[in-house]
Amino acid sequence: MNPMNYVILASILFAIGSAAVLLRRNAIVAFMGVELMLNAANLSLVAFARIHDQLDGQVMAFFVMVVAAAEVVVGLAIIIAVFRARQSISLDEPAELKG
Amino acid sequence: MVNEVLFWVVAVLTVPPALSLLFARKAAHIAMSIVLVMVGLAAAYVGLDAPFLGVVQIVVYTGAVMMMFLFVLMLVGVDRREDLRETITGQRWIALFAAGGLALLLVSVVGRVTIEPAPRGVVGNPEEIAMVLFGEYVLVMEVLGALLITAAVGALVMTHTPRLTPRRTQSELQAARVLAGADPVNKPMPGVFARHNALDAPALDPEGRPIEHSVSRVLEARDQMSEGTDFRARLENTRNPEDYQRPSGAPSHDADDRKGRREGRDEEGAQ
Repeated sequence: MNPMNYVILASILFAIGSAAVLLRRNAIVAFMGVELMLNAANLSLVAFARIHDQLDGQVMAFFVMVVAAAEVVVGLAIIIAVFRARQSISLDEPAELKG
Repeated sequence: MVNEVLFWVVAVLTVPPALSLLFARKAAHIAMSIVLVMVGLAAAYVGLDAPFLGVVQIVVYTGAVMMMFLFVLMLVGVDRREDLRETITGQRWIALFAAGGLALLLVSVVGRVTIEPAPRGVVGNPEEIAMVLFGEYVLVMEVLGALLITAAVGALVMTHTPRLTPRRTQSELQAARVLAGADPVNKPMPGVFARHNALDAPALDPEGRPIEHSVSRVLEARDQMSEGTDFRARLENTRNPEDYQRPSGAPSHDADDRKGRREGRDEEGAQ
């Protein structure tokens, strides 16, 4: 079986993640969508590393994981700071301006 | 080549839980589904000759990242309802259309690609990864270390709130409590020694009267407090010669001084 199937699976997961980012109002859920997109990209990197029989793709995926971990730390800290300031983590707060 | 059964197992293990991101209502359920997706992807990595990345995926994503998501979920309130009102008209359908279009585009383009994969060669075990990581990409590695430290410091700075009032010490708190009229000593423990040593019975003061506030307020609110009067009554009905002089009704402060009792006993002895 061709490893390209994993790339197709990665595209499907990426689309699901992007749909979650577009649809959900809860900041944490939208953030999980971003995580899913990063993981889909990782999966395609690993699949291409297997296709080309080189380790560079795996090292790239490793780097993506490190950056994702740092991003989660900062992002969740921002969510907590926003929650402290406004008692809400909805991404739709600007709608309140319309009254 | 790649194991076909493993691929389908991974596909079934990842896509339906990932769909919960769109359809599940509770954020905690979504987080647990994403954990399942991460485990499935780890299995895919192992199947794609990257065992090191598979283990890292489990440790970093399911072990650290998703658990931190759950922590924050608990911090901000897990039962917070999501606001489902649409602020942009038709946003749901636009978003679904855009994401569906993206999926269609990617799948149709990627599906047409014909790359003949190289025969199975290197396996991404820790030794091989380390040779690449600390050889060709060692500078990137250093920069990533700096990035991680910066992220940790940034999280500390962002979640830190400065103290608005000076810290109150324990002795200051105690002084304020006494100034406010509180009893400076501890409340008595509930229960009557050797008679009814349970928490629902109020303690008796030296004159045998129940002390109401010795019982926990919780039991009082639940109406599970026993009165304590029956214990007092039994105390007064005892045939103790020392209690001879005590009035049979409610004990009075006047009658109950030690000196008067001693005198009464002396008179009794004289007779």
